[in-house]
Amino acid sequence: MSDKFTKAMARNIFYGGSLFFILLFIGLTVDTSSALPKRDHRENITPQVAMGKDVWEKNDCIGCHTLLGEGAYYAPELGNVYQRRGGDQGGGAFIKAWIKAQPSKAPGRRQMPQFNLTEEELEALVAFLKWTSEINTADWPPNIEG
Amino acid sequence: MQYSSQAVAKPYFIVAIALFVGQILFGLIIGMQYVIGDFLFPAIPFNVARMVHTNLLIVWLLFGFMGASYYLVPEEAETELHSPKLAWILCIIFTVVGGVTILGYLLVPYATLAEITGNHFLPTMGREFLEQPTMTKIGIVIVALGFLYNIGMTILKGRKTVVNMVLLMGLVGLAVMFLFSFYNPSNLVLDKYYWWWVVHLWVEGVWELILGAILAFILIKVTGVDREIIEKWLYIIIAMTLITGVIGTGHHYYWIGAPEYWQIWGSVFSALEPIPFFMMTVYAFNMVNQRRREHPNKPAVLWALGTAVMAFLGAGVWGFLHTLAPVNYYTHGTQITAAHGHMAFYGAYVMIVLAIISYAMPLLRGRAAANSEKAQVWEMWSFWLMTISIIFITLFLTAAGILQVWLQRVSDTPMSFMQTQDQVMIFYWLRELAGGVFFIGLIVYLISFFIESGDSSATTATVDVK
Repeated sequence: MSDKFTKAMARNIFYGGSLFFILLFIGLTVDTSSALPKRDHRENITPQVAMGKDVWEKNDCIGCHTLLGEGAYYAPELGNVYQRRGGDQGGGAFIKAWIKAQPSKAPGRRQMPQFNLTEEELEALVAFLKWTSEINTADWPPNIEG
Repeated sequence: MQYSSQAVAKPYFIVAIALFVGQILFGLIIGMQYVIGDFLFPAIPFNVARMVHTNLLIVWLLFGFMGASYYLVPEEAETELHSPKLAWILCIIFTVVGGVTILGYLLVPYATLAEITGNHFLPTMGREFLEQPTMTKIGIVIVALGFLYNIGMTILKGRKTVVNMVLLMGLVGLAVMFLFSFYNPSNLVLDKYYWWWVVHLWVEGVWELILGAILAFILIKVTGVDREIIEKWLYIIIAMTLITGVIGTGHHYYWIGAPEYWQIWGSVFSALEPIPFFMMTVYAFNMVNQRRREHPNKPAVLWALGTAVMAFLGAGVWGFLHTLAPVNYYTHGTQITAAHGHMAFYGAYVMIVLAIISYAMPLLRGRAAANSEKAQVWEMWSFWLMTISIIFITLFLTAAGILQVWLQRVSDTPMSFMQTQDQVMIFYWLRELAGGVFFIGLIVYLISFFIESGDSSATTATVDVK
């Protein structure tokens, strides 16, 4: 780098630039926070939905599946699984039956553990996945397969 | 080694390497589970093995960063470490906390682990990379505070070089951003939004400051180039890192419920994120070309140049590949992400830790400036084996990802996830094969430490060119 460009200038760009963009980021976060309620429909987060998220976390579902595209890439996306499996016409029943039937024990196939969830936990998980499927995700995923 | 207290870096480096071996073993297990689905099931389910793989990576890198700090901060500050004893105690605590946590993952079902560690008091578990029990997280915070105190006091009483100040900013940032791991609202969108404040602002933010500081230290030592020049580069690189990377967080906000304007902010700024990595490559090669001494430790120079190149490829190029919103719409959460993750972590963080270990270990072991010629050859073989393997792992995962996107996302008649997985199986086999070669490289790396420094010719001190 040329000698005209001094270390002090580089340092000032670092401090000034970083500070400016950190403040901009915080500003955008404030704006996002005010826009989110309309997109996440938080009024629908019932205690049951909250419990469902807890079940989701306690069993480390994210260790195999993705949820809104984030997580492991070993098992199907579940952000829209409620819709994929029938929505209000049987989506919940399908999910519950699926979880109860695991593991498939089909030789050589990927296996999902049996988590021994109670009926209450299953219902809660379904409620959580239903709520998740209703988040405004800017039209993602591209199709129902996730 | 100029200060006796720098010696405390050694146990950190040894633990780091041991955990690195564990990380790769579990990587091979989950790689195998991709092709033989019921491999080791139900003893080690995929989610458990993956958690061990990723958590070990994070923890051994933290050990590496801490070891690097204990080594370079006293030398930069030109004073002994504030408290070597505290550093030793924290090393033991962190090893025990980490070890018990990994055993917890492996020995009991995750839900049981959540139960017995009192997750319901403050639920923080079950989120990617932040799977540690809340108690472990608190332990990490305590270790980090003790560490920052020790490093901070050392810097305070000594010379305040740019390398030390940038490193300290990075380490403080690391600790501060980790606090967001304790925020876990029931609202998934908010949870995800702030989860990225830990994950993204670590690896594409404050960790890059740590990377920059360690790299600058090594370059000063091995090239003998004027510190002023290197520090100027360091400032401008980390300036570009934060200028692009902070708003660049937006590339994670496209599809998780945040407003659509993030597609613009995220695309524009993260498209600029390769710039600091490109500059880092130019700078590393420039400094080595302008070197004023021939440092006898060739592997250290190789790792330093390697980290610049591989970070640019992995974080820069492979990041750019899928960061623009219209592309990411199709690639989000596919093997493309996995491909990028592997090369970026290896290039930016694995290699910088191996670089400082390579530079510091001979000195810590009283072998003057470098290992014997023979040991160096082994280490450089391990460099090429591991680096070429990770390139192939990345290429195979990229191929799998492109095919996956095509069959499952772009097609007019999209296949289901599992059908698609069957179609790309060949690439998972090839990836596992490349992983095996990586493991061989790692064994070669381990062997290089046990090769005696027989002849003294290679271990003589630095030779000045001019």
